[in-house]
Amino acid sequence: MSKLKTQSLHKRESELAEAKRQLEILSNGIFQSGGLPTFAQKIKETHQFPLRPKKLEILQINVGYMCNQVCEHCHVDAGPDRTEIMTRETMEQCLEVIKNTGAHTLDLTGGAPEMNPNFRWFVDEASKAGIKDFIVRSNLTIIRANKKYYDLPQFFKEHNVHVVSSMPHWTRGKTDKQRGDGVFDKSIKALQELNAIGYGMPNSDLRLDLVYNPSGAFLPGDQASMEKDFKKALMDDFGVQFHNLFAITNLPISRFLDYLIASENYEDYMYQLVDAYNPKAVTNVMCTNTISISWDGFLYDCDFNQMLGLQVASKVKHINDYNEDLLNNRNIVTSQHCYGCTAGAGSSCQGAVAE
Amino acid sequence: MAGNNYYDPADLRKFGNITEWGEELGAKFFDYYTKVFEEGALTAREKSLIALAVAHTEMCPYCIDAYTKDGLQRGITKEEMMEAVHVGAAIKSGASLVHGVMMMNKVNKLDG
Repeated sequence: MSKLKTQSLHKRESELAEAKRQLEILSNGIFQSGGLPTFAQKIKETHQFPLRPKKLEILQINVGYMCNQVCEHCHVDAGPDRTEIMTRETMEQCLEVIKNTGAHTLDLTGGAPEMNPNFRWFVDEASKAGIKDFIVRSNLTIIRANKKYYDLPQFFKEHNVHVVSSMPHWTRGKTDKQRGDGVFDKSIKALQELNAIGYGMPNSDLRLDLVYNPSGAFLPGDQASMEKDFKKALMDDFGVQFHNLFAITNLPISRFLDYLIASENYEDYMYQLVDAYNPKAVTNVMCTNTISISWDGFLYDCDFNQMLGLQVASKVKHINDYNEDLLNNRNIVTSQHCYGCTAGAGSSCQGAVAE
Repeated sequence: MAGNNYYDPADLRKFGNITEWGEELGAKFFDYYTKVFEEGALTAREKSLIALAVAHTEMCPYCIDAYTKDGLQRGITKEEMMEAVHVGAAIKSGASLVHGVMMMNKVNKLDG
């Protein structure tokens, strides 16, 4: 049986549900004692502090923390008990920004974004805005969670949505350990349905990418090798195909931080991240070309800063006052969790960022 | 320091420091080591499993630590890791047992 906790940190009233407490942990201990350099100190060594934005390319919108799953390492602390959901009014403000932005990619995330009652309306409207790459981060099981979601693959196809889905491993045991019993089988079924209408097939324009993040306190392996292994195993065992695999490092925040502390892996994991620090990855971290918008319309440098309550260091802090020029003139807010994006080949929502 | 323990997990992170007291040989070793584990006729994944098996036959705690983590990073499952350990253990025990032939030969010669 799965040992997964079935409630979010918020529902459990864990002290780690508070962003402030997480930031205290990330600022004190081994970093305060000088055992490890802070992220700011580390990037100063390579003259990359403060981090500055480049041209805006990606608008990432988190339409709510509600989810049908309670994954062990969820950095959003999402789950069925989370009720934060983007309103239609905020979505309308997002649409205005989407229409006027220079960004080429729109990235909808959650929770399970499909559980927002206005999700289909929003996708319908946003897809008319001429965005080049329209990503929906679907957890796959939502497609099989309830009859009302069964037609999601067809809906995605009609709007030419780029589906990006998490898949912790090609084996049932490792996937269910991280995401809950039965998740693997439902995910495979959903992938087969997506394949059946053309998603993920070679030469198909219907993009289907998978996201791999490690099931424990270790870093992801080489993305290209992992992709090869995933493709072979999923094809051989289930006839499933997909385009690319994005290998993502677990950042030490929220439920993954809770896991690291509870399993006494926190210090060792931070050493791993710092030992694997790659200055070349800093150049391409996602916060340099992304703005993340929360369910309540506040602006962040990335989804992780959103979860830590670290709003953009700019006069413009809310979508009401969105101004791309002003935002382009900010310093990016960092803390020790940023080591997760600069370890090894680097990590972003689009996977590795360096050789 | 690790109190009364001979082995300290933190020492694994200091492995690279051996070059400080013998740069030329240390550097040659790490060059060789890096080259050995590159993808070749064997995949890096296969090499990782071989290393894990040898780590056990050599009973090297640092190597077991390193190649267990390396295996996890490569997506190697615990079942695959345990099979590799059994391969190592089988060779190790076989290596002991096959010397039994030497013992039998000696007995036969002396006391046949």
